[in-house]
Amino acid sequence: MLAAIGVGSLQELFERQIPEPVRLGRALELPPGESEQQVYEHLRALAARNVSAEEELSFLGAGMYDHYVPALIDMLTERSEFLTPYTPYQPEISQGGLQVMFEYQTAISELTALPVSNASVYEGPSAVAAAAYMAKLHNGGRRIVASAGLHPHTLQTLRTMAHGFGMEVVEVALCGDGSPAGARVTDPERWARAIGEGGEQVAAAIFAQPNFYGAVEDAAALSAAAKAAAATGPGAGGAGSGSPAHGFAPVVVCQVDPITLGVLAPPGECGVDVAVGEGQALGNRLDYGGPSFGLFAAREEYLRRMPGRIAGETVDVDGRRGFVLTLQTREQHIRREKATSNICTSQALNALAGVVYLSWLGRRGIVELGELLLARTHYARETLAALAGVEKLHDQPAVREFAVRVDADVAAVRRRCAAEGVNPGADLHALTGREQDRGGLLVAITERRTRAHIDRLAEVLGAAVAAERGARVAA
Amino acid sequence: MTETDATPLQRDAARTIFQKGAPGRRAFVCPDPGVGEVDVSRLLPERFRRREPPRLPEVSEPELVRHYVGISKRNFDLDSGFYPLGSCTMKHNPRLHERVAALPGNARLHPLQDGERAQGALELMWSLQGALAEIAGLPHVSLQPSAGSHGELAGVLLTRAFHEDRGEVRRKVLTPDTAHGTNPATVTMAGLEVVKLATDADGGVDLDDLRAKAEEDVACLMLTNPNTLGVFDRNILEIAEIVHGVGATLYYDGANLNAVMGLSRPGDMGFDIVHFNLHKSFTQPHGGGGPGSGPIAVSERIAPYLPVPVVARRTGGEGNGASGEPAFELDYGSGTVGSKTIGRMRGFHGNYGCFVRAYAYIRSLGGNGLTDASQTAVLNANYLLARLREHALAGGGRVGELLPAPYPRAEPSAQGGQLCMHEFVLSGGPMKRALGVKTLDLAKRLLDHGFHPPTVYFPLLVEEALMVEPTETETRETLDAFAEAIAAILEEAAKDPAVAQSAPYTTPVRRLDEVAAARQPVIRERLD
Amino acid sequence: MALASYPDDLLYHPEHDWARVEQDGQHATLGITWYAQDQLGEVVFFESPALGATLSKDEPYTEVESVKAVSDVVAPLSGEVVEVNAAVAENPHTINEDPYGAGWLVKVRLSDPSEREALLDAAAYRASLNGS
Repeated sequence: MLAAIGVGSLQELFERQIPEPVRLGRALELPPGESEQQVYEHLRALAARNVSAEEELSFLGAGMYDHYVPALIDMLTERSEFLTPYTPYQPEISQGGLQVMFEYQTAISELTALPVSNASVYEGPSAVAAAAYMAKLHNGGRRIVASAGLHPHTLQTLRTMAHGFGMEVVEVALCGDGSPAGARVTDPERWARAIGEGGEQVAAAIFAQPNFYGAVEDAAALSAAAKAAAATGPGAGGAGSGSPAHGFAPVVVCQVDPITLGVLAPPGECGVDVAVGEGQALGNRLDYGGPSFGLFAAREEYLRRMPGRIAGETVDVDGRRGFVLTLQTREQHIRREKATSNICTSQALNALAGVVYLSWLGRRGIVELGELLLARTHYARETLAALAGVEKLHDQPAVREFAVRVDADVAAVRRRCAAEGVNPGADLHALTGREQDRGGLLVAITERRTRAHIDRLAEVLGAAVAAERGARVAA
Repeated sequence: MTETDATPLQRDAARTIFQKGAPGRRAFVCPDPGVGEVDVSRLLPERFRRREPPRLPEVSEPELVRHYVGISKRNFDLDSGFYPLGSCTMKHNPRLHERVAALPGNARLHPLQDGERAQGALELMWSLQGALAEIAGLPHVSLQPSAGSHGELAGVLLTRAFHEDRGEVRRKVLTPDTAHGTNPATVTMAGLEVVKLATDADGGVDLDDLRAKAEEDVACLMLTNPNTLGVFDRNILEIAEIVHGVGATLYYDGANLNAVMGLSRPGDMGFDIVHFNLHKSFTQPHGGGGPGSGPIAVSERIAPYLPVPVVARRTGGEGNGASGEPAFELDYGSGTVGSKTIGRMRGFHGNYGCFVRAYAYIRSLGGNGLTDASQTAVLNANYLLARLREHALAGGGRVGELLPAPYPRAEPSAQGGQLCMHEFVLSGGPMKRALGVKTLDLAKRLLDHGFHPPTVYFPLLVEEALMVEPTETETRETLDAFAEAIAAILEEAAKDPAVAQSAPYTTPVRRLDEVAAARQPVIRERLD
Repeated sequence: MALASYPDDLLYHPEHDWARVEQDGQHATLGITWYAQDQLGEVVFFESPALGATLSKDEPYTEVESVKAVSDVVAPLSGEVVEVNAAVAENPHTINEDPYGAGWLVKVRLSDPSEREALLDAAAYRASLNGS
């Protein structure tokens, strides 16, 4: 081979191209390579030091959930034809992947009741940020009005990205904040006021459904209030030079939990313009936080500004139905600095798991699953609230997650529970940093948490709280 | 090889899952809630309830399996054949990685699990951080960004934060005209402006243009080295000096890292910020478009701004139950790293599933193995370049005359040929003029030969571009076969260009009407 | 339109836009040149600016999109939009078929008719293309 190339040695290949001062000239300081078996044993030993939902009874949620993933999804996502190809830039030999994208887009559109969906973005919080950026491009606004009910990671991501986008984030408090028996839903007056005051500077108004505390928001009312506040707020119209008139309206964005959309009114029927969300619960593993996918769906008018990949239907020269990547001019590689986003990847493999999961659940299954979650969540909340030293943080309708407050140090309570092989949920204050969330636990329910599991949680949590209260009194 | 003799399975009319099944069929069987009689309508007020179920499919499990297995067969993939896409690094994806990623300790680990009970994961992340730092030659790493372009965005935001912290507002980012399309889009999303730099005759950054444009308003120069032409910019140290001289930062797009692992390090070249694509050099499978992962490594002066959390090692902690043993934890800027963080860019801490695979790869190869990988990648690219250049055509002449490599113009090998790094770019201009066959047609005809074509029409600098990256996991026989196929297509085109112009013929569908798809987009199944 | 054409009665902007100034000297019709549509390929989308929108000479006022690229449409002259070509928004392909006739984009009331002095005539524009 070297002869064909015309060099005397492998060294020469590099010496002729890499200037001496930047040649490393030593071995990389990394352990030597190992056989497959050795690597496997090493990775297995590392994994054994993790306590997963396999080893403990876990009620952790807060954005990612331990649902049951059917074995057929593992089989499909490991198939060479889905696992190893690149983005489908040569559609003639990528119809499998393109059709999956098209089916996924259909499924998400159905789920959200919004007509257009892309083929997925990275994950939840960055999807929300992408929606805010799209809103800015759409209406020129610079302000994001965001409910405090959004996931803390979403709020943080919005702030980080807003700085780059040249936007600011205004957070709207929840009802009853400051009071222990607070309602924990977006305060409608503050919401309307924040949007009205911002006038045509408000690019987007964003809330979560259900919100971070598991509470069901009145999505239709929030959307309507956002539009109404805008209509009566300072200024309207204000199209820039040469751009189409929009008449001022903030883009209403809702971060959804897709597994709840079998029972909750979908965003498209609540006046929402753009629905985004974390897709992990749909057929994807926990994987310590990623990879997963973000869903992104919207009203028709946003089609040409939507970030991410989109698959479209067409025909070939012989009239066969086929699929292609379409509207690619929105994407990074053609519009370059005018792109509506810089995203190169869709989370294709994770979205495949998502659409297979939704098809596996089916039309009835997603409703039945939602009703099961409602029932068990209710049971869990009532059962825990009946324990001494445990009270509900809010009493809003909840579909699959809720918050309680314990009358004891949460970290200590959680440690006691861990010793019994139970993870009672997330430390709320550690996540939100809000004073009124001190003592809070965020408890998530999936179909894998049976009544017996919930009873066990109650038993262990009750004992832990009692022990901590006892220790406090004794001290 | 012209006619429609693909198997009937592949040629079935495309029917989506929404067109299959029948009312009442099901795959999922819902467990009994088991919490007694519950009136669900009391739990959720009417006005919050969904009235009509979403029109998801109603299929049985066997139907579901047949459907998706069936459409998988309409995909070409890396496990099935050669995939020389430039700057994509389509190298073999070892299945060991799937096995270790699927271990329950990884797959069913919740991201909010307490640190003491996730020490395996944290140690893995910490070790990966260290390995990437060693490969990059930069000390501090964040694994958070979700993909290469996300890592790029992080890099530009970091640069902005760095300058703002010094009370400076710098608006411009320099990027060569050979840059990947992501770079300009990223810069705009970070609130800065793109200024393009010319490429010189050797394929590197035009130093005069750089000197003219490098001034106090420049925040950053974004480069990849080697670049998308496969050229290692020999002036890199001088470039770094010019850029640092005006107080700007130097950002490395790691898309082409496969050329230089263990041979040259971006940190040593003078870069301040490097992003990695774990789905390129580190074998995270591409998955048909994703997921990926885009960690970043930075120099000491940029470290304070890194997105948090990062993974830190504490000695003398309580980890693993034995005092004095190192413990690993998520760190939110307690030390210098992340002390002035730009914040979060996503939920939780990054694509851990990708970390597992990349880490397994690095353990498998070790330092010497990674260096071998890069050396072999460069060897393979040069071999293929030489083969293509020299391959004789039946009607006379050589492939290299119709598909020349315009860069680099200098650096001849002993035979007067050219050298490249891990990839090279050919121009289909001469072919188009001589035979009436464009790069697009060549690519489509390659599909009939069972190869995935190289990247087409990028970089924009080269007319009718064809960007080829073979990677190190291809055999010499495959490279020879690819060169043969190119020659065969050119010979065929010389006799009858119409064949390539209407290719492909043997794929599940033939050329598709992309104009119609863009003009009247239909992006979901109609269900009415 | 298969063959390159640059009518002599039009004025041209180096960014591949044309202007037809009306007899009264106060109004002009604007569009993109044959070269521009040829570079773009088949146009799939065009969004009209709003009536009443202000155009500034040399500044982009909208975009045209083809399958492979999107391009700014630059205003050769400054003025206020008094009419938009709705038919082209409906059927953008018209821009390729008849860039100077049915494929016109907007009509403006000029704010500074003297700006026309800075534009190229057909011969000068054609020459600039050959140089590129």
